[in-house]
Amino acid sequence: MKDFARLSTPGSADDDMTELLQGPGGADRGLEMPDEDVLLSVRDLRVVFGARGRKPVTAVDEVSFDVRRGEHVGLVGESGSGKSVTSLAVMGLLPKRGVRVDGRVLFAGDDLLQASDNRLRDVRGKDIAMVFQDPMTSLNPVVPVGRQITEVIHRHHDVSRSEAVDRAVQLLRRVSIPDAPRRIKEYPHQLSGGMRQRVLIAMALANEPRLLIADEPTTALDVTIQAQILEILKEVVAESGTALIMITHDLGVVAGLCDSVHVMYSGRIVESARRRDLFGRPRHPYTGGLLNSIPRMDTPRGQALEPIPGSPTDLLPWDEGCAFAPRCTNRVDECTESPPALVVNGSRELRCYNPLDASDREAVAR
Amino acid sequence: MLRFALRRLALMVPVLVGLSVLLFAWVRALPGSPARALLGERATPAGIAQINQLYGFDKSIPQQYATYIGRLIHLDFGSSIRDGRPVFGSFVEQFPGTVELAVAALLFAICLGVPLGYLAARRQGGPVDSLVVSGSLLGVVTPVFFLGILLKLVFAEWLHWLPTSQRQDPRINATHITNFYVLDGILTREWNSSWDAIVHLILPGIALGTIPLAIIVRITRASVSEVLGEDYVRTADSKGLKPSTIRRRHIMRNALLPVVTTIGLQTGLLLSGAVLTETVFAFNGIGAYLYTAISQRDYPVLQGYILFIALIYSTINLLVDLSYGVIDPRVRVT
Amino acid sequence: MTIPVDTGPGIAAFAGTADTEQGDSLWRGAFRRLRRNPAAIIGAVIVLAFVTVALLAPLLAPYRAASTQWADQVTPTTVPGPSPGHLLGLDRYGSDLYTQLLYGARQSLIVGVVATLIGLVAGLALGILAGGLGRAADTVVMRFVDIMLSIPGLLLAVSVVAILGQNQVSVMIAIGTAQVPIFARLLRGSMLSQSKSDYVLAATSLGLRRRTIVLGHVLPNSLGPTIVQATLNLATAIIEVAALSFLGLGDPDPAVAEWGRMLVAAQDRFSQSPQLAFYPGFAIALSALGFTLLGEGLREALDPRQRR
Repeated sequence: MKDFARLSTPGSADDDMTELLQGPGGADRGLEMPDEDVLLSVRDLRVVFGARGRKPVTAVDEVSFDVRRGEHVGLVGESGSGKSVTSLAVMGLLPKRGVRVDGRVLFAGDDLLQASDNRLRDVRGKDIAMVFQDPMTSLNPVVPVGRQITEVIHRHHDVSRSEAVDRAVQLLRRVSIPDAPRRIKEYPHQLSGGMRQRVLIAMALANEPRLLIADEPTTALDVTIQAQILEILKEVVAESGTALIMITHDLGVVAGLCDSVHVMYSGRIVESARRRDLFGRPRHPYTGGLLNSIPRMDTPRGQALEPIPGSPTDLLPWDEGCAFAPRCTNRVDECTESPPALVVNGSRELRCYNPLDASDREAVAR
Repeated sequence: MLRFALRRLALMVPVLVGLSVLLFAWVRALPGSPARALLGERATPAGIAQINQLYGFDKSIPQQYATYIGRLIHLDFGSSIRDGRPVFGSFVEQFPGTVELAVAALLFAICLGVPLGYLAARRQGGPVDSLVVSGSLLGVVTPVFFLGILLKLVFAEWLHWLPTSQRQDPRINATHITNFYVLDGILTREWNSSWDAIVHLILPGIALGTIPLAIIVRITRASVSEVLGEDYVRTADSKGLKPSTIRRRHIMRNALLPVVTTIGLQTGLLLSGAVLTETVFAFNGIGAYLYTAISQRDYPVLQGYILFIALIYSTINLLVDLSYGVIDPRVRVT
Repeated sequence: MTIPVDTGPGIAAFAGTADTEQGDSLWRGAFRRLRRNPAAIIGAVIVLAFVTVALLAPLLAPYRAASTQWADQVTPTTVPGPSPGHLLGLDRYGSDLYTQLLYGARQSLIVGVVATLIGLVAGLALGILAGGLGRAADTVVMRFVDIMLSIPGLLLAVSVVAILGQNQVSVMIAIGTAQVPIFARLLRGSMLSQSKSDYVLAATSLGLRRRTIVLGHVLPNSLGPTIVQATLNLATAIIEVAALSFLGLGDPDPAVAEWGRMLVAAQDRFSQSPQLAFYPGFAIALSALGFTLLGEGLREALDPRQRR
């Protein structure tokens, strides 16, 4: 069962396919067909942080993905992989100074990266909404919770005070907050972490956005609460048909929730696939490593856990080769000579010179 | 909330008691006998005997303290050695002037200080920020009396734009009801009287208010800077709220909390600064009266005025603490 | 061909160079941060200049302090400006202005330092009492501190001078008294917050006596903030010395030059000879600025959380 980390040999069937589709210069998206269903289209997103006097850091590079209406997309990676920065770039929430953003973020016909501040503020909270990671600090401590919800309603709709309040109560009920009419008047410090996160979710859904971006919404919560929150998220998103970008480091979260998954490493997407394919046949060694390192209940006792060797700081800069090379069990010479290009293969994308073999383990999706 | 208020009030009681004890002891610690100190140079044996009897200095200390407290309750704080006016009476008469001055200074400090601090925080690292920071540093270290003298020289004596001294031009025969000159003018509809009073408040107000201004600028800047980096501001941004809404409800509502606290502390600076400022500008308030009392060793006035000032200062700090319970909901829980 | 991964030194070849400050004590790190802070450096330079001038005044001054041998040059309407032999001219009593300024620095420094030291020692004692001897002591001491704090600093100093009489020592004590509550609060706060920390818990569980813990461990840890506060308070002290003189409560000895008194004397000649006020006034502000910049630089340098 653990065999998939075996060395693969060149010349396998898969490689022929990839060679066919591989165009010059890497990520070939083929024909850009105007897909009516595509809500958000990120193309070649690149974010560089450059403080004065310090070397510029490329946090995100060559990131491209689509989100279709109602689709649930997962963005997976460890800290520092650039997943949060990607979402902030999409929303235009990165600081103006010291940051350079290139690429295109197409939403409803606009390139959000070129949009005016006013346009962005019209989109935010109404068409695209975000749920942040830390519920303890993401709410204004001196404003009642209900107000924080109604203010986003008032901003985007012309409704009366009482209508907005009713809607807020309704939203709180929807995220399973008991005694909603009373909670409306309470302050964030009077609510538990889990409840605060639910408020944030309610706030994000207030204006029925077409796209919801959830940036590690459960990471800061207790384990027992995490499952609850995920359930709620799943429900409300399914109910309203909202598209979802789920950002997480936890593959388990993705397994139960997302239709397609993008795995990021050190700022670039290294593998993309539909959920089944990713979990069933992971191709990038990093993905494999992530799957492998999840402790499972059915592992025989005494068998050691298999972490990914090395540490996240063992990096090769992408312009010198593959960033994952120092930790990769599948490493070949080319990996340290030049960066692998992103290869598109139908619904799968892969950035690897020596991917995992076709005959590997069948990971049962949790 | 009520519990919080009561607890805070309860804290004031030992302070007040302690203060009265301290000032009681203070008079007794003055050089010479208390009677002599209170009478000053015009002490005659008969006068001393009279004072001793009046204030009970010939009795035991606990009895003296009792007499002292008894007199305090009747608002009898003695009389000035210099002009014989009852201490309490003269205080009540002079106090409105100082209040007007302090309010002018505070208005100056807040209305200029908060926007400047906010501006500096928003453009941190830029030229505006550097200018504001340097300016506020200079403001903090410039002594009140020096600044007063400078302002007087430049604007009053050289440029003749503003009056050099006093609360009001004596040629305007203004009617005074409350002794708040600005208010009086409004009440009696003598608008020029109000206006004149305001004009006389400008220079002393700026002099007195510069240090509080500098402090408010620095605190606002630090506070806004901190708040700008908070997650909830990012959340507000992500909701697409208008910048003015974010600034008002999310940034300032949080950033101004430390500023409110500092205003309470500034009052102390204002009160002691008033002594110096009123002297420089010959402004008729408790500060000027106190200055004369100091130079003449008018101990009853000193004792009484310092007690009043301490009381006022404590009360204002109490009010500020209580207001914290109103403006910061997190505090109310205790 | 694949290369088997080894997690040994080979990995290090790919690792980025990590910038670590190896084994730095708090002080060395603080000193380094201080050096990089331009404002702090300016402050340090000013302080150094001030101290130098103050200490070397007798050597730097061309004349003896407060000698009024040129009084005849002063007329009711004019005070002589700069001339050969008098760098900044005379003051209204006929003394050399430059000399007065230099000796004034000396006075400010001496009184300021002693006053701050008095406040420091007394405040330290109170703070330790409050923080280290349990709840009852804390309440009593802090109420006493509250009482002191209810009187604005300058007025407190005025009251003390009234009792002790008008001389240099009483001025020092007076200003020191005004600083006592500040230091007391600081120390008490530091002690209380540290008493909850793990290392104190560990020391106590090892059976160390309270006195040892307080003197040997807690106090040294409070050293940093105390130094910062002392530096900042020195700035205040310098201004308060001048303020007391301005109110007529300073050292009455006319032979002692003092900036505040110079300001008072300058007032009635102000329109014609404003420089009489400018020089001492700027001197006060500048020296206070120096200590303030230095103190704030120290505060930033000693703060482990590197804030912008």
